[in-house]
Amino acid sequence: MSRPGTAEQPLRVAIVGAGPAGYYAAEALLKQDDVVVEVDMFDRLPTPYGLVRAGVAPDHQKIKNVTAAFDKVAAHPRFRFFGGVELGRHLAVEDLRAHYHQILYSTGAQTDRRMGIPGEDLQGSHPATEFVAWYNGHPDYRDCRFDLSQERVAVVGVGNVAVDVVRILCRTPEELEKTDIAEHALEALRRSRVREVYLLGRRGPAQAAFTNPEIKELGELADADVIVRPEEVELDEVSRAALEKSGDRATMKKVEILQSFARRPPAGRRRKLYLRFLVSPVELTGDDRGRVAGIRLVRNTLYATESGAIQAKPTNEFEELPVGLVFRSVGYRGVALPGVPFNESWGVILNERGRVLDPATRTPVVGEYAAGWIKRGPTGVIGTNKPDAAETVACMLEDVRKGAILSPAHPDRAAAERLVRERQPRYVSYEDWLKLDELETARGRRLGRPRVKFCCVEEMLEALGRPRE
Amino acid sequence: MNIASLLSTKGVDVITVTPDAPIREAVRLLDTHNIGALVVMGGAERPAGIVSERDIVRALARDESVLDRPVSTVMTKEVIVGAPQDDLVTVSNTMTEHRIRHLPVMDRGRLVGIVSIGDVLKAQRDHYRGEVDTLQLQILGPTA
Repeated sequence: MSRPGTAEQPLRVAIVGAGPAGYYAAEALLKQDDVVVEVDMFDRLPTPYGLVRAGVAPDHQKIKNVTAAFDKVAAHPRFRFFGGVELGRHLAVEDLRAHYHQILYSTGAQTDRRMGIPGEDLQGSHPATEFVAWYNGHPDYRDCRFDLSQERVAVVGVGNVAVDVVRILCRTPEELEKTDIAEHALEALRRSRVREVYLLGRRGPAQAAFTNPEIKELGELADADVIVRPEEVELDEVSRAALEKSGDRATMKKVEILQSFARRPPAGRRRKLYLRFLVSPVELTGDDRGRVAGIRLVRNTLYATESGAIQAKPTNEFEELPVGLVFRSVGYRGVALPGVPFNESWGVILNERGRVLDPATRTPVVGEYAAGWIKRGPTGVIGTNKPDAAETVACMLEDVRKGAILSPAHPDRAAAERLVRERQPRYVSYEDWLKLDELETARGRRLGRPRVKFCCVEEMLEALGRPRE
Repeated sequence: MNIASLLSTKGVDVITVTPDAPIREAVRLLDTHNIGALVVMGGAERPAGIVSERDIVRALARDESVLDRPVSTVMTKEVIVGAPQDDLVTVSNTMTEHRIRHLPVMDRGRLVGIVSIGDVLKAQRDHYRGEVDTLQLQILGPTA
């Protein structure tokens, strides 16, 4: 048999997960000329784009413009999308091995890390990602309930998810109405009684992960005052020395912005957003009905490790913050896929530069690859996935040249489609998705919003004229 | 970006050698695994040292019979150790400043990996490329 990768016998690649890493990998595979590749992309949701749709905040529409680049990839004649098809439910890895020469996993980091403190599971304590998925209309999270009748909320963490959550909590209904926030979330947030929101950072202002534009945006909210304690954004000796050595101007600017917030008198806006630093939660306290009533914090000081990194260590000073709702955003982790080797230490697929490794021999598993957060862990911005995917694709093409690929029994488009049709007759194609996209934006136009999302799989299929199950 | 994201795609466990192993053994390990340095582990949790190809070449240049001597005679004993959550900007500054090419990584008293200055710079480069790409897309839209 001749080597696949020609017009007569294209290299067949399955991509599992339709987020940025999956699209960037598809793009890299389809735009090179050495090997003719056919890409079939699968997602367990009927809708593509991964966290660009379900993670990026609704009031950050500009960031979502990246989907235009993804649609360009999807328009390639050798690209197909099978939405609503889940690995482990409709298809097994074995099925993919029988139909493709190479399989790429780009499933992201789907769970959050726990804080590991007492009271974490009290009612009213949630992973921030659930709130994010809920307000973004992810079908799996539309039935989540968050008690927005509470007046005080704590958000643990200072990464971009934490910042998104506090910003959405502080926005007015008028501000939210201009976004594509899910209808159910808009309704709930309209009735929100939240008055005080606390963003809690473990380390100091110079170590906070949020970016300068993100923090500036918090100072420009229509009806929320940002409140910062001057003593918490004063640069400590350790951070000052590190900053002087690195000459990192963006971080210096970040500290300046926060210090300017500390000097700003409150303008009497309806909500107060407290940005707190150098505190770690040690316990969530509950009331007699098992509901969150408060968060106990310990004050931290900073020290430099031998590698120069600045870390927090607890002091003996504690404080209690009465809050009725807590969102934790202290990191994310990949979820193991059925039948795919996993690296428990880092919460990623066991891989070397994107090649999946056999845990026993630490040698590559023929034909299997990873890209994006499930390969390197949850770091970077959307674009970081481009060089990441390019690295994986380079390995894939090298393996094609070496002949180290799978030998599927049915390496053709029609057979793959037949298989999907048989296992998941209600799958959604890219043409279907583009129809849904048009319907969503049309619904939005009538209301002066970017789109009104379908937040339920049944609703999507109904809109496409599919029979009910 | 932190060290953990870099170790995530390295796949292999960290390769170590004992201080009393002959340098010949270190040479073999460097060759087999196609790497530039080994972490030297004695009885303690913390590495006893680090031995790089450069350390060995330097010793060989002075005395060709060095291969049977123990690794401890050529290793660098002053080792700076990093942690998975250390951010790459800090680490690259520290490595440049101290002229270190390899940084063993420890997590809660356990050796979990080693990163080279090359790994760190590549990850930083990819990170900046990604940021630039995202910004361009937001400002200019998808271009042909």
